[in-house]
Amino acid sequence: MSEPNKLLEVKNLRTSFFTSENEVKAVNDVSYYINEGEIVAVVGESGCGKSVTQMSVMQLVQTPPGKILGGEVLFEGKNLLDYKSKSKEMQAIRGAKIAMIFQEPMTSLNPVYTVGSQITEVIRRHKKCTKKEAWEIGVRALGDVGIPDPEARMKNYPFEMSGGMRQRALIAIAVACNSRLIIADEPTTALDVTTQAQVMELLLHIVDTMNTSLLIVTHNLGLVSRYAQRIYVMYAGRIVESGTTEDLLTRPAHPYTMGLLKSVPKLEERQGEKLIPIEGAPPNLAKLPEYCSFYPRCPYATEECKAKPAPELRSVDGKLHFKACHLETIPEEGR
Amino acid sequence: MLTNKSETLLQVEGLKVYFPTKNKVNGEPVVVKAVDDISFTVKEGETFGLVGESGCGKTTAGKAILRVLNPTDGKVIYKGRDIAKMPMREIKTIRRELQLIFQDPYSSLDPRQSVYSILKEAIVCDRKRHSASEIQERVEDLLRHVELDLSMSDRYPHEMSGGQRQRLGIARALACNPKLIVCDEPVSALDVSIQAQIINLFEELQSKLGLTYIFIAHDLAVVRHIASRIGIMYLGNVVELMESRELFNNSQHPYTKALLSAVPTVDYYEEKNRKRILLEGEVPSPLRVPKGCPFNPRCPKATAICREQKPELRETSSNHFTACHNI
Repeated sequence: MSEPNKLLEVKNLRTSFFTSENEVKAVNDVSYYINEGEIVAVVGESGCGKSVTQMSVMQLVQTPPGKILGGEVLFEGKNLLDYKSKSKEMQAIRGAKIAMIFQEPMTSLNPVYTVGSQITEVIRRHKKCTKKEAWEIGVRALGDVGIPDPEARMKNYPFEMSGGMRQRALIAIAVACNSRLIIADEPTTALDVTTQAQVMELLLHIVDTMNTSLLIVTHNLGLVSRYAQRIYVMYAGRIVESGTTEDLLTRPAHPYTMGLLKSVPKLEERQGEKLIPIEGAPPNLAKLPEYCSFYPRCPYATEECKAKPAPELRSVDGKLHFKACHLETIPEEGR
Repeated sequence: MLTNKSETLLQVEGLKVYFPTKNKVNGEPVVVKAVDDISFTVKEGETFGLVGESGCGKTTAGKAILRVLNPTDGKVIYKGRDIAKMPMREIKTIRRELQLIFQDPYSSLDPRQSVYSILKEAIVCDRKRHSASEIQERVEDLLRHVELDLSMSDRYPHEMSGGQRQRLGIARALACNPKLIVCDEPVSALDVSIQAQIINLFEELQSKLGLTYIFIAHDLAVVRHIASRIGIMYLGNVVELMESRELFNNSQHPYTKALLSAVPTVDYYEEKNRKRILLEGEVPSPLRVPKGCPFNPRCPKATAICREQKPELRETSSNHFTACHNI
């Protein structure tokens, strides 16, 4: 296999929010990439900066209070951070080349316009075509995402659709614009399990057939194990571990990832088996320590972890598996 | 686990909760059958899980059991007395034994009351005399039970994290020395690492205080972990009732199987080998429940009889009940 092409590469991205008192470091030196045709997941708990990272890539961070302080976002050979948020170049990419799907589809669709008018608006913005052509592209896209009777559905308002259907309509916009990359921020969290499976299978199908890459941002490790090829785990604004899905789920190397895996209830498990939670709560991003931010909750932490500055990502196996942890080895069952 | 020897604490028989609507079809008013004839028993000291997707009636069932909602029909027998038809005055005397914990602790706690005041309100609602020092002692006792720091008692809900707020919600429910707690999605709003802490707390409190839970959730893995028996609900009906250890390997209803396969697991190798059953369509509106088996339009195994006749819940293997014609 030849070296796969990197579609998006983010280097040393830093985004902070400034309050009257202090600086909240939401994204703290984050680097990642996604190859063409790949499905990558960014996993983390609420407040870890996973969504702000994606908003920064799309330059959708509200300024002020937010500010992208530095880094590079390389997409198709260009650094997107060179463009202003409201520039023509950025607008040509946002929504077309890179599409974004949010958790709550009701809030990302305008309630007073029909779904059809919202889809055609995006199509006409990015493609040279007449209203009628745009409408036809829209109908086809709705059909492609598995909405029955797309002609009639185009005339529906968002409230006339179910949650799953609304999410499909948003995916249809990405399909209609032939997006190269779909960033899905918690795409199925608001949906029921059976609908969640349908939406994920649809996204998988789109990646397989349409030369698209997919970046899933989620807190759901299960979702990731089923669909993603590579995973980045975020904690307190940093990536603490990355690697293939197999690496992370079968040989987790960072204590945080290990903790997450142990705290999820399994479908098949003997009665009486206890969950092992991660003690404590995530840190306040405004008051991050100089040392490893997981130190206060880490069951394996040593004096050394507190003395040294926050650890950098380093390779675990010389290949794709990286971790940001000072510890060389972690005892198998040492708690 | 206390299962076989212990006694039945709560028995639900043919519980129905219907909501009338203003709509009419052919002159007949349309009725939303939110809970349509469900029956199950809960033994003392056990955890009974109710699972289903949104709109299946699990929350309505929980509320009807506590008489927060008045059931349309059916019996809810608690300690030998039928709560479903009891006059409100009598309900008040036993309500302290039946408590409710909600999904979103933020909206179920008064933002203008401190932790101390929230707990005090629950403690003094028995209308007995309490001295200030008794209340103080009891508040501290409750905080210790839910592993909250004693210094938290001056805080307000907005100064607490989601996990801490849920602990406070639990402490408030415990203030009345309850026997039965209906937990409605108590961990769904929490992050994974915090979720595990709260699940463990539920289990510890159960063994320490001999509590009985009805645990309502949509997350199969969570319910499987905490409950000893599980009822699967679909469109107001219980379609399968079983020991939770049977869920993974021996579930029989096609809906349960589809639900199981839709839940991704974190076990990498297992996930690679699992067969996925993808259901067609979505849950129909409870205004238009299909004729026959409510699941028949989405069921991969539906036959003619499924479209005509509604299946009864019957024992399909030992202590395992399924409502399906094809088993």
